[in-house]
Amino acid sequence: MGIRQTLDSLEPHFHKGGKYEKYYALYEAVDTIFYSPPDVTRTTAHVRDGIDLKRIMITVWACTFPAMFFGMYNVGLQANLAIADGFNAMSGWREAVTMMLAGGHDPDSIWANFVLGATYFLPIYLVTFVVGGFWEVLFAMKRGHEVNEGFFVTSVLYALILPATIPLWQVALGITFGVVIGKEIFGGTGKNFLNPALTGRAFLYFAYPAQISGDAVWVAADGYTGATALSTAFSSGMQTLTDQLTWLEAFFGFMPGSVGEVSTLAILIGAAVLLWTGIASWRIMLGTFLGMVATSALFNAIGSDSNPMFAMPWYWHLVVGGFAFGLVFMATDPVSASMTDKGKLIFGALIGVMTVLIRVANPAFPEGIMLAILFANLFAPLIDHFVIQANIKRRQKREVAGTMNEETT
Amino acid sequence: MLEQYLSLFIKAVFVENMALAFFLGMCTFMAVSKKVSSAIGLGVAVVVVLAITVPVNNLILNYLLQEGALTWTGIEGAENIDLTFLGLLSYIGVIAAIVQILEMFLDKFVPSLYNTLGVFLPLITVNCAILGAALFMVQRDYTFGESVVYGFGAGVGWALAIAALAGIREKLKYSDVPAGLQGLGITFITVGLMSLGFMSFSGIQL
Repeated sequence: MGIRQTLDSLEPHFHKGGKYEKYYALYEAVDTIFYSPPDVTRTTAHVRDGIDLKRIMITVWACTFPAMFFGMYNVGLQANLAIADGFNAMSGWREAVTMMLAGGHDPDSIWANFVLGATYFLPIYLVTFVVGGFWEVLFAMKRGHEVNEGFFVTSVLYALILPATIPLWQVALGITFGVVIGKEIFGGTGKNFLNPALTGRAFLYFAYPAQISGDAVWVAADGYTGATALSTAFSSGMQTLTDQLTWLEAFFGFMPGSVGEVSTLAILIGAAVLLWTGIASWRIMLGTFLGMVATSALFNAIGSDSNPMFAMPWYWHLVVGGFAFGLVFMATDPVSASMTDKGKLIFGALIGVMTVLIRVANPAFPEGIMLAILFANLFAPLIDHFVIQANIKRRQKREVAGTMNEETT
Repeated sequence: MLEQYLSLFIKAVFVENMALAFFLGMCTFMAVSKKVSSAIGLGVAVVVVLAITVPVNNLILNYLLQEGALTWTGIEGAENIDLTFLGLLSYIGVIAAIVQILEMFLDKFVPSLYNTLGVFLPLITVNCAILGAALFMVQRDYTFGESVVYGFGAGVGWALAIAALAGIREKLKYSDVPAGLQGLGITFITVGLMSLGFMSFSGIQL
């Protein structure tokens, strides 16, 4: 019996009056993963396109895979390098799994690195998915909207911007906040105004700063402190950073950091697909990039004796920290970004400017992209409002000018 | 000098945003933020009121109320008079008078805005953000120049926050909020999330 037949034979139970009426949202979610939704337009005067909301979300989800796999490898690599330096491995079940599958902590073995990284990332992702999915389904059932793949994107993005060693109960707490307060109480996907993944991350950041920032959380080896490239540059200056790390290494992502954000190259692969399919807005990406370049150039030109971050050039801003990840996956979230074309450019530029501003001028936060995107999310509707008003005014003027021309001729 | 004023301004607008860092002036902030145009109108009114009242109150403090402030009158023993206990009273008085003048001005020249703002215009008098700014000015010993910059900056920050909130609420009109949270409930949550976004500025040393 094929999937279609199975689903069809189950379907009556989920309709009104059926046995599992309450769980219709779940049935619908499974059905539409395999087949296109049943409510399709059939008459004329409609543009029909295979790419609906679900396909968009799944594509974004798939585009994070290069960053995800490289991230897992890198988490393992950083840990194994530390262990090779004489630090102890974290004990517990992760160690047991690594020993069983990879048989050691060899930083030269891709497989050993990957397995070790996976024992950190996969539990995070699993907890995110189960806990976040629970809230998503609960709200869908109670409020009668569909469970859609928007949550796939939220969950994977959220998991990828966490440090590998974060306690799992915090992962659960953060995704709960992100999904419930950031999205569901506004009515679900498409109705929120902040990026839910970032809302959850920001909540954790301010609630439990010790487990999500600082130097000790990025590398999964006992007692090892490995600063991220950004905090190195902030505390010791560009010179120290370039001594430790070449630009190419940073571009490929061989440095400590949150799981998915390290490799600019892997992220750019995802970005290429997103741009080619037209899912992510090139205007937002361009705006963010230009905003970042302009602001960092400005800081370079001003210069400072006391703050070494002033000297960081734009091509370093691009590869260190979460800038690339935020630029490609977070800023382009179609729900919380500006909707108008001009607005997208302005929205992007605001993110770029704010990111560098927070990185350079705010000693409290070494990384700025997360808060910059949340900040820009707040102003996205206002930007749209002004773009639309300007357009209305322009057209009114043209209208008036047009009638006047007619009168004179 | 200029640099100091600039950093004070940025601090007043972003770091110590009246609405989103101190949660002052919440009643009008919630009530007049349904439409962007009226929110901007109220925001401008608050900027004007703050930019006038804070410096005026600064003058009153420095030349009438503070201990020894009355020395300029030449009255004997004036240097021992301390009238700071009249502070709250006189600040409110100044604010009320200036709001009255603003109201008459708007009624005469911008009647559309006057009508949209309605009862909230006279209510600016009791807007905590306005009195709050005057009291912050006293607490932090601002000079006259600083109080001009601070009053203006605090107003701009509050106006920015209410404009952003109005934009978001216009967008949230299309949201499907649970029945129990509709109206002010979701607005409070929105404002809370907004202040999460404004946390990006906390810790900036200027």
